[in-house]
Amino acid sequence: MAARAAFAERNFKYLLVGPAIFVLLLIGIFPLLYLLMVSFQGITMTETSTDFVGGRNYAQLFEDARMWEALLHTVIFTAIALPIELLLGLAMAQLFLDRIPGRQIFIALLVLPVVVSPIVSGATWALLFDHRFGPINQVIGWITGNSSAILWTINPNLVYPAIIAAEVWQWTPFMFLLLLAALANVDKSQLEAAAIDGAGWWRTFFKIVLPAIWPVMAIAILIRGLDLFRLFDIVWALTKGGPGTKTETISIFTYVKGFQQFETSYTAAVAFLVIILLSIVVMLALKRVELAR
Amino acid sequence: MTVQLRTRIRTFVRVAGAGIITLVFVFPIYWLFMISFKTPEEIYSFPPKWYPGSLSFDTYAVLFRDGDAVTVWNSLVVAGTSTIIAMFLGTICAYSLARFRTGGEHLANWIISQRMIPPIAVVFPIFLLFVWLHLVDTYLGIIVLYTAFNLPYVIWMMRGYILDIPKALEESALVDGCTRWQVIWKVVFPMCRAGLFATAIFTFVFAWNDFLFALVLTRTEATTYTVQITHYFGGQSNFWAKISAMSVLGTLPIFIAVAFMQRYLVRGISLGAVKG
Repeated sequence: MAARAAFAERNFKYLLVGPAIFVLLLIGIFPLLYLLMVSFQGITMTETSTDFVGGRNYAQLFEDARMWEALLHTVIFTAIALPIELLLGLAMAQLFLDRIPGRQIFIALLVLPVVVSPIVSGATWALLFDHRFGPINQVIGWITGNSSAILWTINPNLVYPAIIAAEVWQWTPFMFLLLLAALANVDKSQLEAAAIDGAGWWRTFFKIVLPAIWPVMAIAILIRGLDLFRLFDIVWALTKGGPGTKTETISIFTYVKGFQQFETSYTAAVAFLVIILLSIVVMLALKRVELAR
Repeated sequence: MTVQLRTRIRTFVRVAGAGIITLVFVFPIYWLFMISFKTPEEIYSFPPKWYPGSLSFDTYAVLFRDGDAVTVWNSLVVAGTSTIIAMFLGTICAYSLARFRTGGEHLANWIISQRMIPPIAVVFPIFLLFVWLHLVDTYLGIIVLYTAFNLPYVIWMMRGYILDIPKALEESALVDGCTRWQVIWKVVFPMCRAGLFATAIFTFVFAWNDFLFALVLTRTEATTYTVQITHYFGGQSNFWAKISAMSVLGTLPIFIAVAFMQRYLVRGISLGAVKG
């Protein structure tokens, strides 16, 4: 009895971890292995044979221009939206840093976009960008004096600004909140010392403020960067990857291949490539960013 | 006097700037909500009007009459159930990681890296697995997936909150004859009550707001509200009233929940990295 109690005591910590790890492995590792297996088979909508075909699907990856374009679109969205969100969020955090009347209410309202479902925010911007019944074209009409019927979600030159507008609207408040918290924690005495020494605003910012907020900034960039890499909902609601495949992200490409064209084995290869690419990025990023305390 | 005047003007400019920025960010939400109270004639009138002529609840009535609103209930069931399971499994796991350093840094890092895998890559093999297990379009299937997907978040966040609790209390409870389980139930859980609550809210919101998993794994029976919204996008024209009303039904509960969570918002969305 005593021995049993001692055994239970010793293994208590594993007992607590066990169920969670089991679920994670079930949903994390098992599908990964299954994915790997399927990616070496030749299953499509019409072909149900599970014979192995070697590296054919992976060879096809390198010749699939549409896949590389989808990857490129994803990179473009990330490269444009992320800096805008960061700089805008930082500027807003700077503005809201000092006590101003109504500050709490403003902040409470500003955070709303962050908790809205991305599919809802995509739908919202589809409403706003509607060429006839949306307020954006109406306002442009007021400014130009002519009634405007710009096709924001169809015109190939305007779909990127439209999608990025929705993305920036939803996630700038995220950057804002994190950076506001970081700015509030900057050592005041250092700022005062810099002011006494006669350092200008830019000099103070780059020498004192930026190093102080950098850990938080890095985490914010990491979280948003990874989110942008899997961009799906907003684009789906606004363009479904169109016109043509012009705004297709890697997530949308994978969805279309797997669930609309049923190229099962090839999709598995694409998904595997995405996991490999992202794992490398995450590993490199986690080494540089201190998430754990 | 002039100095006072200058600070007053500066404050005014700041407040005005802050007000305009807030207005820009709130306007889309206003527009979304406002459309749901317009009549169809008002929605499809040109030029668009910026406020509804009268508060019409017809669209909501239609959603409830046709049974479309049941998708909000589906969202509640799958998000709620998966949150409860993930919170329980995740918190006891987090306790073990925080107190016994089980698995060391490697296990903790592996767990958080699980969260960073793109959903599209995960959902594809899961779909094939669920077809085989007949779990597609069932509550059970999507609850399992949401639980697994949110576990890393719960573990990571609760590990942080538990590390914040002084160890001494637990030790004295052990000396007083509590079992390990009693320590968790009677000391640890009550001590991190606020953290538990905040983490549960965010876990719920992540599941509630999900679109991709639900799109792939539901058909007609377990459809969530996010998927239902996309059913109103037509080839030629969109059913704006229904899109808007369904979005309000899905968004309003989140706004109310988050209003109580303001203090924990920053910590919640920054994966615990910023304590706010």
